[in-house]
Order: sequence, then structure tokens, then C-alpha cells
Amino acid sequence: MTADLRFDGVQAEVGGRTLLAGLDFAVRPGEVVGLIGRNGVGKTTLLRIASAALAPGAGRVLLGGEDVTTLSRRALARRVALVPQDLHVPFPFRVGELVLMGRAPHQPLLGLESESDVARAREALDRLGIGDLADRDITHLSGGERQLTLFARALVQDPEVLLLDEPTAFLDLKHRVEVLAEVRAFAARGRAALVVSHDLSLAARTCDRVVLLGVGGIVAAGAPSEVLQPDALRRAFDIEAESFAAPDGQVVVVPRIPTARD
Amino acid sequence: MTRLSRSRLALVLGVLLAAVVVITLVALATGPSNVGAPDVVKIVFGDASDIDAATRDIVLRVRGPRVLLGLLVGAALATAGAVFQALLRNPLADPYVLGVSGGAALAGISALALGATFALPTSSVPMAAFGGGLIATGLLYWVSGGRGRSSPTGLLLTGVVFNAFASAGIVFLASVAGFFEGSRIFLWLIGHLSAVEIDAVGVVAASVALGLVTAFLLSRSLNLLALGDESALHLGVPVESHRRWLLLATSLMVGAAVAVSGLIGFVGLIVPHTLRLVIGSDHRLLLPATALTGAGFLVLSDTLARTVLDGRELPVGAVTAIVGGPLFIYLLRRAQARGPMT
Repeated sequence: MTADLRFDGVQAEVGGRTLLAGLDFAVRPGEVVGLIGRNGVGKTTLLRIASAALAPGAGRVLLGGEDVTTLSRRALARRVALVPQDLHVPFPFRVGELVLMGRAPHQPLLGLESESDVARAREALDRLGIGDLADRDITHLSGGERQLTLFARALVQDPEVLLLDEPTAFLDLKHRVEVLAEVRAFAARGRAALVVSHDLSLAARTCDRVVLLGVGGIVAAGAPSEVLQPDALRRAFDIEAESFAAPDGQVVVVPRIPTARD
Repeated sequence: MTRLSRSRLALVLGVLLAAVVVITLVALATGPSNVGAPDVVKIVFGDASDIDAATRDIVLRVRGPRVLLGLLVGAALATAGAVFQALLRNPLADPYVLGVSGGAALAGISALALGATFALPTSSVPMAAFGGGLIATGLLYWVSGGRGRSSPTGLLLTGVVFNAFASAGIVFLASVAGFFEGSRIFLWLIGHLSAVEIDAVGVVAASVALGLVTAFLLSRSLNLLALGDESALHLGVPVESHRRWLLLATSLMVGAAVAVSGLIGFVGLIVPHTLRLVIGSDHRLLLPATALTGAGFLVLSDTLARTVLDGRELPVGAVTAIVGGPLFIYLLRRAQARGPMT
């Protein structure tokens, strides 16, 4: 049985400024939840709070009922993995080495990766179609390749909860689809995923539920087809947009681009 | 997929260890009075009854302590460089460049100056140097905003200022105390292994061993810290405590090294950088390899320093600076070409 991730009255602050207050929502095992909202609204900050990299101004984040700030770093890293937007490392680690670092919380202080660790890493790389990058120097990767590498590392970490910060920002459409399919597959194994995304239509296809954030708090939360509607999008993004049902029933969001005459 | 296996560890470290042994024997055999290599091997490893006492004294009492301290100082400075580079996420970091050695030297000289007045034990010099290194490291973190967010140029400027301040302080103290010959101050500032005392070896060896073991134990954490604090947190590293231990370990090693050799520069820059190109960045291999290579490199440099000018000795710091200076400029240039290393 894997744990759920519950935000309980969470207040997100950056530099003493309150971004979000009184946030209540949960990500349950087997579920992919999308976190949507404009830049600077506090999405990344929420992920940092969920991974205990940052303390909330108020409230708490519960992992299977336990406050994440009470768990040791190692214990938490075995259960929660975060895929950052990007990573700059000034040292020539190999892609394979970086991915194997995902096994660190499962290993003793001293010791080397086992055969099964290596097999896991190789499998993750292959599944994301970057098996041929294993021996490449990470300082020579493109943004998209780096993003796939970081995702592979998070999969190798084998967590109960996966936090993804715009995991497809640098990816082409094919790789976006592949990454999101992997996120779905992860949830299908009874784990929970929380994904920050700016691609609303793709998020709608990936997520069971979405949480739409506006300035200060949640604008709407629920099934994508219910949440991603013109009125809520206007409040969250200050834009005019239309929502359609695609032939398969899923919602497609089309923003209106203001012209010079407007 | 390249991965760190037991056999790879054993192979790389075995080759380096063999090289260090050879360099050590060469260093012991080299000098004004000729001692043959077979005699040196006999003296070091076993039965030396057929070798006259004067030759044995030259190898064991004159060259021995100097070579031994060279090994320790080289291992300490090189490993400290590798640790600083990972912690600060800056390939240009080095105890000398960052001014940590300068801080240690200033404190060491203070202890030496006061020691003459207040009859402090000689072991107070390495302890003071350790404290000075620690203070300089703390200041460095404070000035740079800490947490690996510092820009390379900001760090370098901080180091330049620390070094200038420390050098001025050293010269000032030495003048006030009035017991230093001009040339001895010069030797402290450029870094040397020529005034080595046998009784220093014990304290230095213990400090360096303690520092090395701590760094080796935390080498996996260092891999993760090199990715940045948040990445390390997310991969289960208790960042604050591991960083504190690593900084203590490096300050201890640098303090010990500086207390006996002054300001030898660039060893911590040259050795880890060259090794990363050959064996990669995994600190579980890089750190012990750096310690071995640093040890060999400094003894080799010192052997060159005492033989290259016939009859006269060059301070070993001059040799490392001649190699390290251009490398530093090259690395700086490359870092700038790549853009800010955030």
C-alpha cells in the first residue's frame, strides 16, 4: 500500500511574501493530479514544500498521514522524488551516473551500486528512449535530454509519490507524450503523481484531476473537463479562452490571442 | 553504462598507489649525495645492515621526513581542493585560490609569533592554522552568500582579497615579532617543504588522516552536493550536517598542511581537474585518487624543486604555481565561455 500526499491548510511563502494560503487538496495513490496556474503563483514553491526542501508558512504536508518535515531526509527521499525543471552541474558526470544517483537514498553510506541498481537505471533510460545517452557527459546534453535524464533518475528512485515541475517544458511532442505516458504508468502501479504543467490540453489528457491556482489560492479543482472552463481560466490567467470537447470527450483549451484592434 | 565497480576502484587506485611508491623511492634516492635506488629500497623495506649509517641517516632522517610531509601535504591540499569544488559547485575552487590557506597561514604565523613570546608548544601552530582555515572558510561562505549560490568571479575576488590581507598580516606579524629572517617569510608565502621538523610529522599525519577519512566517508554525499543543495536534499542527504563535516575536514587538512609548508598553491586545482578528465567525476573514486595523485604530485614537484637548479633549492610552491597558474587561467576562460555556472 502506498501513501497519499495531502496538503493540509498549507501556506506558501517566498522571502516573507505569502503566495498561497489555506491550501487543502490531496493526491491519492493511483492518481495523477495537475497543478496549473500562471508564472510566480507558487507552483514550484508548493512542490518544494511537499518535498520538505522548504517549510510551509502554516499548515503541513502529510505523506500517508505523516508530516513530511518529521521524516529523515533519507526516509523521505525513498518515498518522494522530485523532477526539477532543470539542473546545471559544472562537473562532467555521465548520464548513467546521474541516473544511478537516484538509488542513493536506498543505499548505505558507503558502497557501490548493485547489478540490480544498474539494471533499473538502464531500464529507465531505455523506456524514455535515451539508452544511447548513458555514457554521455551531462554538461553536453540539450535541455530536453537533461529533462529526460532527470525524469529517469526520479523513476530509479522508486518513490511512492512523484513530483514533477514542468517535466515536458523542453521536450518535443513525441517525448512529451512518452513522458506523460510514463507518468500514467507510474500511477497505474498504485503510486501518486503531482505534475506542474503549462500545457493545459496535455495536462487534461494526463491528469485525473487538476488544481487550478490563482493569486492567493485555489480557483477551482476537480476533473479537467469541469475545471478548465472559460470562467475559471479567466480568473486564473486573466485571459479569454474557449474549451472544447475533443472527439474522445477530453477537454481542449484554446486561448484567444488579442489582436491590435482589441 | 560506465559505473563504479569494485574492480575499477581497485585498478585505478592500485595504479596510482604504485606510482606514488615509485615517486617516493625516486625522491628518497635523489639529492646532492648519491644513494642508489636499490639501497633506498633496502633501507625503506627491509634489511639495511650492509649500508653505512651516514647513508641511512640521509635517507631516513634528512630526506625521509621531507618526503613524508610532502606526501601528506600534497594529499591534503589536493583532496581539500576537490571537496571545495564540489561543495561550492565551482571547478576553480582551491584552498589557496579561495584564501583558506591564507587564513590558516596567518593564524599559524600568529601562533608562531606568540609562541616565541609565551612559550606555546609547537603543536599549537597546526591547531591555530586549523582555526584560521576554519574562520576563512566561514567568511568565504558568509561573503559569497553560501549554499553554493556564489558566482565564480565573486568567490575568486573574495579569495584574492583574503590572500592579500593574509599576506600583509603575515609580513606585519613577522616584522613585529622580529624573529623572522626575510627569507623565511618569503618561504612561508610561496610555500616550501625545506624547513621540515620531524616532530611535526605526527600531528600533521593525524590531522590529514582524520580529514581524509571524513571526506572519503561522505564521498557519495559529495556527488549529490555537487548537483546543488536542493538536489542533494531530494536524494536524501542531510545537507547542513554533511556540509559542516566536510568543511571541518578540509579546514583540518589545510591547517595541518599550511602549518608545515606555508602557502603552496594550485595543488587542489591541478590534481582534481586532471583526474576528472581521466577517471570521471564520481567522488567515491575521485577523492582517494586525488589524495594519492596529490601526494605523488607534490613529492615529484619538490624533488624537481631541489634538483633543477644545481646546488640551489627552489621552493616547491614556485613549481606548483608555474604549473597551476596557466591551468587556472585556462579553466577561468573556459568557465566564462560556458556562461555563468549557477
